[in-house]
Amino acid sequence: MKYEITIGIECHVQLATRTKLFSEVDNDARDKEPNSCVSPVDYALPGMLPRLNREAIKLAIRAGKAMNAEINPESRFDRKHYYYPDLPKGYQISQFYHPIIGEGYIELPTGEKIRIEHAHMEEDAGKLNHFGGYSLVDLNRAGTPLIEIVSMPDIHSAKQAHDYCKELWRAMVYAGVTIGDLYNGNMRFDVNISLAPEGSKELGKRAEIKNLNSFRSVERAVEYEYKRQSKLLDKGEPVRQETRGWNDATGETTFQRSKEEAQDYRYMPEPDIPPIRLSQEFIDEELQNVPLLPKDYRAKFKGAIADDTLEILLDYPQLMGKIAELSAGAIKFVSNLFASVLLAEEKSTEMLNNLPSAKQLEDLSEMKDKGELSSTAAKEVFLKFFDPQMGKKDTRTIAKELNVIQENDTGALEAIVDQVLADPACAQAITDFKNGQEKVIGFLVGQVMKASQGKANPASAQQILRSKLN
Amino acid sequence: MQIATKEHTAVEMVKAALEKAKQYEDYHVFVSLNEEIALKKAAEIDAKIKKGENPGRLAGVPYACKDNFLSKEGNTTASSKILEPFKSPITATAIKKLEDEGAIMIGRTNMDSFAHGSSTENSYFGPTKNAHDKTRVAGGSSGGSAVAVALGIVPFATGTDTGGSIRQPASFNGVYGIKPTYGTISRYGVVAMASSTDCIGFFADSAEDLDLLMDICAGQDPYDMTTLPDYYTEEAPHSFNKVGVIKDFDLSKVDPEIKAAFDHKLETLKSMGMEVVELDMPALKYALAVYYIIVPAEISSNLSRHDGIRYGYRNEEAKSLDEVYGKSRNDGFMPENKRRIMIGNFVLSSGFYDAYYNKAQKARTVIIKQYEDAFKKCDFILTPVTPNPAFKLGEHTSDPVSMYLEDIMSVPLNLAGIPGVAIPAGETKDSISLGVQLVGPRRSDKALLKVAADIAKQEEK
Repeated sequence: MKYEITIGIECHVQLATRTKLFSEVDNDARDKEPNSCVSPVDYALPGMLPRLNREAIKLAIRAGKAMNAEINPESRFDRKHYYYPDLPKGYQISQFYHPIIGEGYIELPTGEKIRIEHAHMEEDAGKLNHFGGYSLVDLNRAGTPLIEIVSMPDIHSAKQAHDYCKELWRAMVYAGVTIGDLYNGNMRFDVNISLAPEGSKELGKRAEIKNLNSFRSVERAVEYEYKRQSKLLDKGEPVRQETRGWNDATGETTFQRSKEEAQDYRYMPEPDIPPIRLSQEFIDEELQNVPLLPKDYRAKFKGAIADDTLEILLDYPQLMGKIAELSAGAIKFVSNLFASVLLAEEKSTEMLNNLPSAKQLEDLSEMKDKGELSSTAAKEVFLKFFDPQMGKKDTRTIAKELNVIQENDTGALEAIVDQVLADPACAQAITDFKNGQEKVIGFLVGQVMKASQGKANPASAQQILRSKLN
Repeated sequence: MQIATKEHTAVEMVKAALEKAKQYEDYHVFVSLNEEIALKKAAEIDAKIKKGENPGRLAGVPYACKDNFLSKEGNTTASSKILEPFKSPITATAIKKLEDEGAIMIGRTNMDSFAHGSSTENSYFGPTKNAHDKTRVAGGSSGGSAVAVALGIVPFATGTDTGGSIRQPASFNGVYGIKPTYGTISRYGVVAMASSTDCIGFFADSAEDLDLLMDICAGQDPYDMTTLPDYYTEEAPHSFNKVGVIKDFDLSKVDPEIKAAFDHKLETLKSMGMEVVELDMPALKYALAVYYIIVPAEISSNLSRHDGIRYGYRNEEAKSLDEVYGKSRNDGFMPENKRRIMIGNFVLSSGFYDAYYNKAQKARTVIIKQYEDAFKKCDFILTPVTPNPAFKLGEHTSDPVSMYLEDIMSVPLNLAGIPGVAIPAGETKDSISLGVQLVGPRRSDKALLKVAADIAKQEEK
């Protein structure tokens, strides 16, 4: 039987604040010793109280804009209770009843809109590291600010799930909400998947695949679940409502716990944090701080950059930022260099963090346009921008040092042409050309290039040759 | 309050307090004494005085600290087994403010474990005895602190009041006690009982002393988001001249000697020219039920952190994670702690939340409104603190509900977040101390203390 798949996605986004949500220790624990970014608030000493980080509220406002949602002028925190060693207080401070971000949507590049039900702020838990026979708790991540973005069940294919996650990631990164380092778990996806016979009005029982941290794994997990659930349904067996994990190596989802084991979180309003009341002025001020979002770039560069190139480049906010700095004339040339040269380089990740200045790129574009640089030479100069020794020099200096500037000076070029025409080795070719053998011109241009040590502009050389020979 | 001078040194004052503490050991006032550090600090104060430096407004004044305030001195046990080994790396804001003014903690006082109780009988370390009758309870939960002041060991002591835990032991032992407006003094560094009703306050021998302590400790704290903007020191107290009396508190159910003490105090107020206003406050009869839903809910949540993982007691025989939690908490909490955790978990559990917790919150709003209306008709309210005087040790231990009923007149204030001052009101024919409380609108703390001071002056005449 054919089944229709329905998918809803919950996404946890770690906010790029300097300090944690409720304490004043470093929020960026990458490469830090376990339990070195932990305050008495984070390890839940008795008598400790949360102190709300204003920066996190600002980033939540930005996130709201990035998902086309209203910011609720009043929101509140609640406690979600469960026992686990990575949760020091025995409850997570979250927003259950009154989230900060209301309904919104994410528009995919295809134009489809995936609705957002709401998004709320909460704190991250710590981490358990398991060893043979024992486990150790690392609370560096405990208290990292998160927003959890809950989509409506508007997604109906693995590809669409992939695209939604990717577009959400782009929106959050461009808005400056998160660093967006997926490898380090800056964004994590919980995917709810259910199947129902095509045309059925009722949704099937859903399985939730927890903690996916790449777009590709989201896509693969949905594909796997479609197969798993449709097989069960074909056999007339029920799909159970349950939580499953994802094994990236085997490409399979595995059972974790059933709905019956679901915990009662005993939600309760957080009495230690007064309601968050935001004035319209405060919200508006932060909304103005939101940098250009993917949709803004699409609008801005429509026509100037080919659609498919733009979609590639949008995965790299640094590149879009750089392109946005350029004067109009350089945009197309530079975006093509970025897409076809930079991103093809093995060390592109490193290069992305070390981009040339707008001036360098504009000069490069100009020299190319004027014919001073061939395409090959332009590419060569471009790559030198990333050279630790030469990279900071201006474009012309680099081109000169590489000795790749094409000779455009007509006088100088004419002299070289004359020199070539006077060369006895070329006499036969000249005769052949005059007798109508057109293709010999290529040989003569080659000679000019050689004589100019490659700096001559081949088109100009040909033009001068022709005028002298006719 | 006597502060240290060249003639009357801090070391002498602290030594005298420590001696008295030992002399009254059988009352079981203290969980731990802080002898060495206290004397060292006293010597530092004396040195300051000698050098002519400002030693602070509480220079060398020995005080007793309820055992739920975190400080680097000694262990903060909250009179529980689970925190018995707990040594704090930080100091509570209130303690820091007191010590910045030169006050010296001589020891930590006994309390009901995690402040759950009205008699200090729920302490893991055993009960504290009433200052005036050793067969009776000290009251609670801040029993040790009240008795420390009543016995004259120290001129003041810190306490916490979540449902009467300062006012009730103050009146049981015949001293002054203040439960300030919610949010007046930072809760940072105080072991939480119920976050929305917990208040930090004091015991002392006079309203003037309480005023000084409030002046020092009140104020907004960035580490406690629920603290109010500074108001205590800035506002001149209103002159209160209309006293409200609640008709609905059925005084016939109140012990006749307490009723007599109450009537006597009302006469004193009349003799000071106060007008008496009768108040209808029918919602107050729901306060106890509301309190015993909201407070256990917050307790169950706040006590979740005591899991045997990061600090405090852990059952070493536990073989699995569930056993670490289960056994450590089972050993570490007193029966009353467990009872409240169970109630709290019940009222918060899915399916019961609306019926209990949410309904209680709505009733709480009604109670707050009723007080607001009352304070349109009068400046402050006079009520007994408890329906009965200090009871016998063991009298209520087998019947928790009868114990809870003793809180019926103290808990409404905590639900409404309004201040109350317990003042001595004579004694029974058996020499058991009695007290009444002055209840005011939010931020009227200073005005209430002024009324309390005026009453004392009037009674001296």
